[in-house]
Amino acid sequence: MKISTLLRTAAALSCAALTVSCSRESAPADAVAAPVGASVIGISIPAADHGWTGGLVFWANKAKQDLEAANPGLRVLLSSAKDPADQVSGIENLLVQDVQALVVLPHEPAPLTPICKQVAARGVKLIVVDRGLTENVMDYSVVGDNPGFGRVSGEQIAKVLGGKGKVVFMEGVLCQVNTDRVTAFKKALEAYPEIEIVDSGVSDWSTEKGLRLMENMLQKHPQLDAVWAGDDDVLLGALKAYQDSRREDVKILLGGGGSKAVVKMILDGNPLVTQTVTYPPQMIYVAAQRAVDMLNGKELPAADKVEIVPAEVIDASNAAENYFPDSAY
Amino acid sequence: MSDTSELSRRLPLSQRLRTFFTSGGGAFLALLVLVVICSLTNPTFSKPANLLNILRQCSYSGIIALGMTYVIVAGGIDLSVGSLFALCGVATVGLLNLIPTTTALPVPLLVVIACALSLVCGLLCGAANGALVVLGRLPPFIATLGTYSIFRSLALYMADSGNATPASSALSASLIGFGSSYWLELPTPAWILLLLTVILGVHLAATPLGRHTLAAGANERVARFAGIRVGAVRFRTYLLIGALAGLSAFLFLGRLGTISSSNAGMLYELDAIAAVIIGGASMSGGRGTVAGTLAGVLVLGIVSNILDLWGVNVSLQGTVKGLVIILSVLIQRKRNPA
Repeated sequence: MKISTLLRTAAALSCAALTVSCSRESAPADAVAAPVGASVIGISIPAADHGWTGGLVFWANKAKQDLEAANPGLRVLLSSAKDPADQVSGIENLLVQDVQALVVLPHEPAPLTPICKQVAARGVKLIVVDRGLTENVMDYSVVGDNPGFGRVSGEQIAKVLGGKGKVVFMEGVLCQVNTDRVTAFKKALEAYPEIEIVDSGVSDWSTEKGLRLMENMLQKHPQLDAVWAGDDDVLLGALKAYQDSRREDVKILLGGGGSKAVVKMILDGNPLVTQTVTYPPQMIYVAAQRAVDMLNGKELPAADKVEIVPAEVIDASNAAENYFPDSAY
Repeated sequence: MSDTSELSRRLPLSQRLRTFFTSGGGAFLALLVLVVICSLTNPTFSKPANLLNILRQCSYSGIIALGMTYVIVAGGIDLSVGSLFALCGVATVGLLNLIPTTTALPVPLLVVIACALSLVCGLLCGAANGALVVLGRLPPFIATLGTYSIFRSLALYMADSGNATPASSALSASLIGFGSSYWLELPTPAWILLLLTVILGVHLAATPLGRHTLAAGANERVARFAGIRVGAVRFRTYLLIGALAGLSAFLFLGRLGTISSSNAGMLYELDAIAAVIIGGASMSGGRGTVAGTLAGVLVLGIVSNILDLWGVNVSLQGTVKGLVIILSVLIQRKRNPA
């Protein structure tokens, strides 16, 4: 039978190929002979599923370019994952490439903790960004200031409203990050007895859901003074719904994150979108830089090993310096 | 060439076994080409640690793909398996957490209970699919599209859209211990995948029940005339894929120690279908082998691994994966003009 012959040949060939490739394995590694002090770091992040993670991918790529250019002999490997299971596989794939340091922005803390424990147990330097793990196995953390993000947002809205008015807000994907922000936001507004939170909903950090949610809120509430969309992508949807309604009651729509589209609006003097609060995806860039510093034995800035990237307000005064037109976010 | 649906001809076992290996031949050829390309282009690829990683990484959707082979060759389809997988995991954890932590059940026994619960849940969901298709006479695409939505939504509801994690950390640890264990140098999930491939492969190609499954998909009317209870045969394929998805969910719990109701098993149905198709099965039923599906599973596993190793731009990885699926089916079209 022709096919079985073919298959037997194929099987023989594949064995041969495997043998060849196995014996090759050590040769090129020696031949390329990485220069002394050469090191490999891995970066594992969630895939770009909304604007902010898109920004993350952009800054991770930029970190790769800049760090490889600045440190001859350094290789930065990027891996992005669509869900936690995928991210665990991605980290395993980085480990077999002998990374000496790993920068991880976990999809979710719990499912990523076992693999991160393995990473730490192997002596690979582990830097965790933004979201934590359920066990403290990392060598260093670079985190955004989520409570600060919520607090500053609340204070800015109170300032614009003069301490009085009706506010609605939108929650993101229901997770710890979101809870920290929303709790701090509500707490900040408690200081203003004449500000009333009349409604809230879940936007999942999606523009499209922000649009739908805002349409519903505008139907439900004849009078609104401020909207906290909580995210710049969501803000775009909410703004569209508000403009379509032709109402003129809302005094401020506040997003968050610092996307270039929203920073541009602030630059252009949009009357409703006058400011945003940062939660910069650049933190992955900072973390990658720290990984290199760590391998080079440099002192790291945070003595307690937790570096907080503060939440800052971008308004007309500093929009120009926070505008990155070539960024993905 | 291999016409396994010919019921009248009783082939000698040796020839039947050969048929079983040869009819997924195109997929093995694609696998071979891929392995050669990967080994030549990346020194890390052929490291044993990496090959073991690939095997482990593709075990979970691979086990489901084996069941999908049965469903597809019998002329059906199951779009619900990804959701079913999440539901089994979430329900298992939920039920385990009902056992009071004060009861002194030994932890290994709890692991066995977890496995049993997940299997039972999978069987129940599979039975629901089977009943809709066989008794309700719904087209499989529609029935399982419905349950795809139902199973996922039940999982989300049970876990409040979050992760389902065992309340007892000892149980969590021993689930992870089992899930990441090795046996004779191979990861346990990989063993299970390979063992099931052999058992189901022989069953589908070389036993009456298996050939009835192929016959039901090849030509339903003829199969009926031949006295095959086509409904029962199809029902069994949904039971099988349900149980396998349950088993896979149990193993997956052992990988992460927790299961996310929102994204666990997401798109597993498409990975499973792709593996079956790469494995040389016909989407309209009647033709396909379990061994071919294993080759398809490995092709997909290797592709996603090598893309990581090559450092392909992450946004473009889907394109490469899609091209590989199309190419490997094209190779087979050239070889077996069906």
